[in-house]
Amino acid sequence: MNLSVTMQHQLADFSLDVSFEAPRGITALFGASGTGKTCVVNAVSGLLRPDQGRIILDGEPIFDTAMKINIPPHKRRLGYVFQDGRLFPHLSVRQNLMYGARYAPPDARGPSFDEVVDLLGIAPLLDRRPGPLSGGEKQRVAIGRALLSRPRMLLMDEPLAALDSARKEEILPFLENLREHTDIPTLYVSHSVAEVARLATSVVMLDGGRVTQAGPAEQVLSDPATVRQLGLREAGSILPATVRTHHPDGLTELSVSGGRLFLPKIDQPIGSATRVRILAHDIIVARNYPKDISALNILPGEITSLRQGSGPGMIIQIKCGVDFLLARITRRSAEAMSLKPGAQVHAVIKAVAVARVDVATR
Amino acid sequence: MMDWFGPEEWQAVALSLKVSFWAVLLSLPFGTLTAYALARWQFRGHQVLNGLVHLPLILPPVVTGYLLLLTFGRRGPVGAWLEETFGLILAFRWTGAVLAAAIMAFPLMVRAIRLAIEAVDPKLEQAASTLGASRLSVFTTVTLPLILPGVITGVVLAFAKAMGEFGATITFVSNIPGQTQTLPSAIYTFLQVPGGEGPALRLVIVSVIVAMGALIASELLARRARKRVSGS
Repeated sequence: MNLSVTMQHQLADFSLDVSFEAPRGITALFGASGTGKTCVVNAVSGLLRPDQGRIILDGEPIFDTAMKINIPPHKRRLGYVFQDGRLFPHLSVRQNLMYGARYAPPDARGPSFDEVVDLLGIAPLLDRRPGPLSGGEKQRVAIGRALLSRPRMLLMDEPLAALDSARKEEILPFLENLREHTDIPTLYVSHSVAEVARLATSVVMLDGGRVTQAGPAEQVLSDPATVRQLGLREAGSILPATVRTHHPDGLTELSVSGGRLFLPKIDQPIGSATRVRILAHDIIVARNYPKDISALNILPGEITSLRQGSGPGMIIQIKCGVDFLLARITRRSAEAMSLKPGAQVHAVIKAVAVARVDVATR
Repeated sequence: MMDWFGPEEWQAVALSLKVSFWAVLLSLPFGTLTAYALARWQFRGHQVLNGLVHLPLILPPVVTGYLLLLTFGRRGPVGAWLEETFGLILAFRWTGAVLAAAIMAFPLMVRAIRLAIEAVDPKLEQAASTLGASRLSVFTTVTLPLILPGVITGVVLAFAKAMGEFGATITFVSNIPGQTQTLPSAIYTFLQVPGGEGPALRLVIVSVIVAMGALIASELLARRARKRVSGS
């Protein structure tokens, strides 16, 4: 299952000209608001007709201006989860879910009603009306409804943007679950780096209606070139990790490709795979192995690139094992330590700096 | 009740109910379609259609009745064709009264339904289409249930208007007792003859009861439908 999009579209205040591929897994369409993300998803769903382009799903053109193909939305079989839920107010939660199943082709494979209800934890809501549900509950039902339509692909347009952080935390595990337990590819629109870091397997960065970068999530997020777009405060890299041991003092030991990490307790069984997001401003860079220091995590690595910002800071990319870390330090420190590509350094990470929300629960 | 009520009066009430029932029932699909087109579609002649629909509201009813006679009379272009093809005669028959009532009530019906359609969030209809519903299915499963309160209002308004229609009806189908003498025509006739005040007043009371009953029933139905639609 693979989606390939090439499209040009003139909007009121800017033009959209993008081309990208979305492989299996969750592909995040990332960019600030007003960069045309929703426009792209609407074009894929068929709700918007691009001026020009071609959209191919799994080898089948669903839109092609040259071949004059434009399959209407109801025949594309794409499950669309909108930012605002859009549950049908005149139907109960159960009927909303069944509405998705109603038009699914009988031979289409996918999770059953009970499985979806289980996966999303919405069994207690089934007989209720959508009106009084909380934002998080509505969004879970909307995801269930889309899943039950047995879609070839899921489209999610900022499904968490309208929720507060507690509600986000309530839904993120379901989305991670979905990624692990179904093989439905997903196009996920977001302007939140934290969400993308946790969910995405690949990332397509949009800016001003153009694709600025695309590729596997680890690679794109740990590329110093993306820092400007992510914002300095949000810049950081993600490391795939495996849970090793839960220590009695409340720390969890994980192994990453560059060594070991000790983090505040992570509620996952030993041996399970996860990913940890480490922000660039949470890393201290040392030339020699630091002794007598409170920080628990010291990963040796090699500087692969340095990037000068407009202010007094700079971003350094460090290769630890096979993965990359981003560190944000001042130019003064970089000069004093004569940091250059190829230099051997140690990345120092405070255990408590890694927030719980930055650890994926997969 | 029956001895209080003369056969002629009873006939007029029954005929008016029959005419109004058919007028509303037959115009409902067209009214809904017209309302949908005016609310949702952009097309050439949008303004013209809107004007045509509202014309009976603004024209003197006599003019509408005369235009109906010219078009649907037995020698009128449409009337002659209907008689030849279907054997259907409208002029001076109760069927003509149905047409006159339907035309006169049409703007009220369309306005009520159009307002309801404009209040439906098109995003819900988009959501339904992404779930695999064709345009027709979207309409029957999402739009229609959501506009139900408006449709009920439109139906009741149109019914009340049809019950009271006088000018266009008397011009198009005249005032034949038992044939085309509707409730307002009968009241008018009784008022023209000496000693007719009694029967006229009784018919007036019936008119008031029917109108009030319809309004209350519609209010109750619409309230129930609104509650269902609001999702709470």
